[in-house]
Amino acid sequence: MSAPIKESAPAPAGRPVTKVPVRPGDRRGEGVVLNVFSHGFLALWALLIVLPLLWLVLSSFKTDTQIGGSAFGWPENWTFDVFARAWDRGIGDYFLNTVIVLVFSVPLTMLFGSMAAYVLARYRFWGNRLLYYFFVAGAMFPVFLALVPLFFMVKRLDMLNTYQGLILVYIAYSMPFTVFFMHAFFRTLPTAVFEAAILDGASHTRTFFQVMLPMAKPGLISVGIFNTLGQWNQFILPTVLMQPQSGDDPERYLLTQGLIQLQQQQGYASDLPVLFAGVTIAMIPMLVVYLSFQRQVQAGLTSATLK
Amino acid sequence: MRKGQYRFVAGFLFVPVALYLIFVIWPYIQTFGYSLTDWKGQSQTFGFVGLDNYRKLFQDDVFVKAIWHNILFLVFIPVVTILLALFFAFMLNAGGRGRAGGVQGVAGAKFYKILYFFPQVLSLAILAVLFNAVYRSDGGGLLNGFLIKLGLVDADRPVEWLNEPNMVLWALLLVVVWHGVGFYLVLFSAAMQSIPRDIYEAALIDGASRNQSFFRITLPLLWDSVQTAWVYLGIVAMDMFVLVSSMTQNMGAYGGGPDHHSDVMSTVMMRNFLYYGKSGYACAMGVVMLLLTLVLSVVTLRATRRERIEF
Repeated sequence: MSAPIKESAPAPAGRPVTKVPVRPGDRRGEGVVLNVFSHGFLALWALLIVLPLLWLVLSSFKTDTQIGGSAFGWPENWTFDVFARAWDRGIGDYFLNTVIVLVFSVPLTMLFGSMAAYVLARYRFWGNRLLYYFFVAGAMFPVFLALVPLFFMVKRLDMLNTYQGLILVYIAYSMPFTVFFMHAFFRTLPTAVFEAAILDGASHTRTFFQVMLPMAKPGLISVGIFNTLGQWNQFILPTVLMQPQSGDDPERYLLTQGLIQLQQQQGYASDLPVLFAGVTIAMIPMLVVYLSFQRQVQAGLTSATLK
Repeated sequence: MRKGQYRFVAGFLFVPVALYLIFVIWPYIQTFGYSLTDWKGQSQTFGFVGLDNYRKLFQDDVFVKAIWHNILFLVFIPVVTILLALFFAFMLNAGGRGRAGGVQGVAGAKFYKILYFFPQVLSLAILAVLFNAVYRSDGGGLLNGFLIKLGLVDADRPVEWLNEPNMVLWALLLVVVWHGVGFYLVLFSAAMQSIPRDIYEAALIDGASRNQSFFRITLPLLWDSVQTAWVYLGIVAMDMFVLVSSMTQNMGAYGGGPDHHSDVMSTVMMRNFLYYGKSGYACAMGVVMLLLTLVLSVVTLRATRRERIEF
């Protein structure tokens, strides 16, 4: 029964290869049943993930009456017109607004977060521990606790509905996690390299930027992905801080906020294909980023939770 | 330490600490102060009212109801998500055909992981639009359409998932589970793979079945991850703002319908703050949310504490 098959070769169906001698039929039967069983459930959940998403994307090619009629009508309106319409109806602006904010907020978060974490991890000075806990404690509090005074603080700085206001707030709210993770990372870096750089006459600032920061690259990538996704998907902060303040104040909605806005408008205007096309447009960058950095995204997000 | 070093340290800390103080710490502290006032937000004048806001809060039927909804989420979101994630993680890592070691990953495990994880990178706003379409209250909704096809739902009387008082919270819960299972699956799966194989081999030689090796070896060694998952899902359950505010009927603003049956603390707070302009009152709600979050973390960590197993 133990056919001479190489360890790595996949066992043919129904003929599992058992290396450890056990009573025949016993473990094998269990394995096959479990195998069928697990494939069944795994495939079912896979369908539950894919079908709704695919259905939504397909629905953007339907007409409004079709969407209201039956869930399973096959789309007939095969033009990309609807995507152009969605883009013009605001999705384009929301998209650009989000990109503008993130282009500044993510790199600056990483820069300031690493600077603080580095100093806290590698230098001894009075109040070091206290400052570290002060940063990390922020991760425990729900953002709702700060919302009301935060709104008035940003208002007093005259930064409501401005990019710079939201960028600064994003940086500040990403600090606890960024400092926490980068702190742990800088601690693991060898001291010898640091000492060599200082002995060679590099200044502390230069040592940080040219020696320590490049060494921390894996950590920076994980935390960077985490922050990018977190800030891209942020909803509550823009909802509170990015509302037009007067009649002539232009709308600067971010993508998440804009989608919900569009959804509320579609309730009256009844142009659902545009809404679905908008969601499809919003999903594409996430899909591309996810598929190309799939390993890093999974590692980044889960290690962020574990640490 | 030399003087130059102090200057360097201070220089590096200045911007991060300043931003953090201005936008995070100071507002957190201010909330406690404002929660003791009748501040309306528009004027700069307000009176000190002591604990009045808190007293009102617990007589406010809407808010008390909202707390109960959060508690329901707090119990069911972690339980359902973690059980499903553990189940799938087990299937992926041990569901393969029997070979040496007794644990063998299922074929295509990598593909499943990529797929299952994907909802996690989508924003909750996208999820809200998606599931609004899925839960549509006529035959055009995916769920109703499917159930009508199966003959489980009458085509003339489709289910109003988001408008039935007893249904709406469960409908929202399903969205969270759909979103989260893949993430925790990957988390548990990574933890499972870090368990040394020789432990399983030893168990197999001793005659342990797959189920025994899961419950006696895998699960105890995963306990740390389960605990982390519980805390994180608890935080999700305390929030729920995006889904409730954008998927349920508006009770003035920010969802909560029908008749406050889906209101959670965050939506009630935002409504009081931005819609009714009761800033002081909203601050008191924020403080209550903080206290409940802290209680939750302490209770979870205490209740799930086990002796840590090093391996």
